[in-house]
Amino acid sequence: MTAVPLPPEAVPGVSAVEHAGVFRRLLKDPTGVVSLAFLVLTVLAGVFAPVLAPHDPDKASAADILAKPGGRYLLGADGSGHDILSRLLYAIRPTLEGAVLAVLVAAAIGVTAGLISGYYGRWFAGAASWVASLLMALPGIVVLLAARAVIGPSLFGAMTIFGILIAPAFYRVVHAAVSGVRQELYVDAARVSGLSDARIISRHILTVVRAPAIILAANLAGIAIAIEAGLDFLGLGDLSRPTWGGMLNDAFTNIYSAPLQLLWPSLAIGLTCMALALLGNALRDELERSGTPKRRRRAKRAPATVSVQREPVITHDEIAGSAGEELLLVRELAVGYDQPNGSVQTVVEDVSLTVRRGEVHGLIGESGSGKTQTAFAIMRLLPPGGRIVAGDINFAGVDLARGSEKEMTRLRGARIAYVPQEPMSNLDPSFTIGHQLTEPIRVSLGVGRAEARARALQLLERVGIPDPPRTFAAYPHQISGGMAQRVLIAGAVSCNPDLLIADEPTTALDVTVQAEVLDLLRDLQAEFQMGVLLVTHNFGVVADLCDRVSVMRAGRIVETGPVRSVFADPRHPYTKSLFDAIPEDSQPRGPLLTKETP
Amino acid sequence: MTGRLLEVDKLIVEYPAGGFGRKQPFRALNGVSLDIRPGETVGLVGESGSGKTTLGRAVLGLAPVTGGAIRYNGRDISQLSRSKRRELSSEIQVVFQDPYTSLNPALTIEQILTEPLTIRKVAKAEATSRVRELLDQVRLPADAGSRLPREFSGGQRQRIAIARALALDPRLIVCDEPVSALDLSTQARVLALFKEIQERTGVAYLFVSHDLAVVRLLSHRVAVMHRGEIVEWGDGDQVTARPQHPYTRTLFLAAPVPDPVAQAERRAERQRLKAALTTN
Repeated sequence: MTAVPLPPEAVPGVSAVEHAGVFRRLLKDPTGVVSLAFLVLTVLAGVFAPVLAPHDPDKASAADILAKPGGRYLLGADGSGHDILSRLLYAIRPTLEGAVLAVLVAAAIGVTAGLISGYYGRWFAGAASWVASLLMALPGIVVLLAARAVIGPSLFGAMTIFGILIAPAFYRVVHAAVSGVRQELYVDAARVSGLSDARIISRHILTVVRAPAIILAANLAGIAIAIEAGLDFLGLGDLSRPTWGGMLNDAFTNIYSAPLQLLWPSLAIGLTCMALALLGNALRDELERSGTPKRRRRAKRAPATVSVQREPVITHDEIAGSAGEELLLVRELAVGYDQPNGSVQTVVEDVSLTVRRGEVHGLIGESGSGKTQTAFAIMRLLPPGGRIVAGDINFAGVDLARGSEKEMTRLRGARIAYVPQEPMSNLDPSFTIGHQLTEPIRVSLGVGRAEARARALQLLERVGIPDPPRTFAAYPHQISGGMAQRVLIAGAVSCNPDLLIADEPTTALDVTVQAEVLDLLRDLQAEFQMGVLLVTHNFGVVADLCDRVSVMRAGRIVETGPVRSVFADPRHPYTKSLFDAIPEDSQPRGPLLTKETP
Repeated sequence: MTGRLLEVDKLIVEYPAGGFGRKQPFRALNGVSLDIRPGETVGLVGESGSGKTTLGRAVLGLAPVTGGAIRYNGRDISQLSRSKRRELSSEIQVVFQDPYTSLNPALTIEQILTEPLTIRKVAKAEATSRVRELLDQVRLPADAGSRLPREFSGGQRQRIAIARALALDPRLIVCDEPVSALDLSTQARVLALFKEIQERTGVAYLFVSHDLAVVRLLSHRVAVMHRGEIVEWGDGDQVTARPQHPYTRTLFLAAPVPDPVAQAERRAERQRLKAALTTN
């Protein structure tokens, strides 16, 4: 390998870091603003109730029993002659205090237990989740009723117990978040950096827990208010002070004489609970939008709009006698993705290639070069939003670029087969290997169950699986990655396809397994006289298997030709730079020279 | 013992079997011994499940050592408590394989790089200038500090991970497949950076990789692992060019070379070797 100069790398200017707080973004969300404003007003009204309330909430006036709204009493007076508005306002503070207490108790227990069990695991996790399940199984209202019998009609006592009862909600959420992040390498890196557990938790773990915990707190506060009102309505609360639930109870007894009175406490309870729930949702939307950006898959990362000038593709001379039947003819293919702003981002442009029967065509390039997109376009399996923008794909007389979906379904599997990169994620874990192999054989070839089974066993043996009946009956998790790839290859060739598209078929495998899978592909290709389009980033794999190679960069083919010719004489500067970067033919570094070993 | 920075002596690592009952624990390392001299790169090659990553994690104190010893400068570090282990953090550092999960997505590059410094109680101004120095060492622009990891490509993230490892001037860095997630040309640049840093600072590497070519390029000495044991161990050119152990030879021949003519020969040789192994 030649020495590669190391200039400072330019970082693509994305944007100033979006450090704008969640709070500020929440203010741009209408739901967030309205619910937050309502809650702030409620809190203020509760705090300043003594100032705002027009009457003493406890002053009953026999003359004003069930007074109509308006006049002296804005919302009327209740069955005992209390002013409803004043009682509503005075009830805010204890209601909110109770809800806050319940949430705090729940959070203190649940978050702590979740952190410990998620981070350290072991026996504590087992014990904690057992206790959590037990608490969740307890019927809350029954426990609260029993508690009231013991501790009397205390709001704060009841809310403390309710907080304990809902602690499992916090525990579950926090435990899941922590044990997920515990596996991240950056936590290991922090340990190696010498951070103490307390520091790792506060720095790396709490940030992950914060968002779901806040959302949950908002929702639980709403539930706590509803439970409080429920207890008071049943007359189990503190009767000495005004409460929303108690007012509801009073209104309920007068429902025939003054039905309107039911409305005010209902509105107070309903709106507060709703505001809390909506605030929780708005928070979730904002936090999830930017808190942890979704990691983009490497293969999917499209290059910024392809703006390479149209340069001619460097084509090497054909070797005489390589003219087989042209199975697949791709002409000036372009693939684009629809953007939200209506434009189309092109990821593959002006790609032309030919795959002949009995020939392996390698498509090589780095991540984002569009090689996988090209392969998916040929099968018409582009991810949502992607489509063929221009060009023809001619496969045995059919134009795949314009064929109907029905036509494609008939071709895929039967005449065009596919071998994916990740063997494990392409097998359904809930079905046996045998089921997954025989199903397509029966559909495509129209044969019976017994015949399909016989053919599948024969194929498994053909792809070098040691004990076919055992693998046939096995589930995907019971076999190794190499075996899984053999199974998928068996499935791919099961219907005697004309064209095999293999997308990095050996990338996920160990080198020794890779060598065997490459041998297998070579043998099968010769046996079935298939044309193969092999997508890879590995020059060794191309050298091993391919007859012809096309080098892709930024959505275009820059150089194409017979493998031996391209490898012996790469002409495009990009191809040359790739060859230079290969460590394969590097010199060994030699032993370390020290003073002791002159 | 002089001239030995790290000595791994008959190391055994066992992971307890999950579930109930007295299941046999899984033995990931079975009596592994090797040593690293100051300023040296020791390559560790093997396939998945061979135990190479476990050995790296054991050196870092992240794997349960059940037998044998790991001596750093003559002192056994295999059974250290967490607080004793923390004192070693300025001596032994790590660069992980996956540059996407080894950086906390919520922290800026500067926060990531100052993390190891803050526990050393380095003053803020000093830490900031150290960050600039580190970014310069790994050839990233000085303004990279205020950005988030997601704004960087895979190769650039790996440079950030290298900068974090260098922050405390360690004497040994465990590199766990540090280039296998990178594209070919990026990989070449990151490897060159590893080499350049070693030549300048004299840090030693335990370089774990499944790619024999990458290991050969960087390693002074190479150990080949297979099923939790070292099957071959010696000078880099000896092990990677003239392997003695049949497994090393299989491994060596299995990696396809980017030359169609040479690869055809290797393929024939590998099939001969395989046939010889199966008939014996």
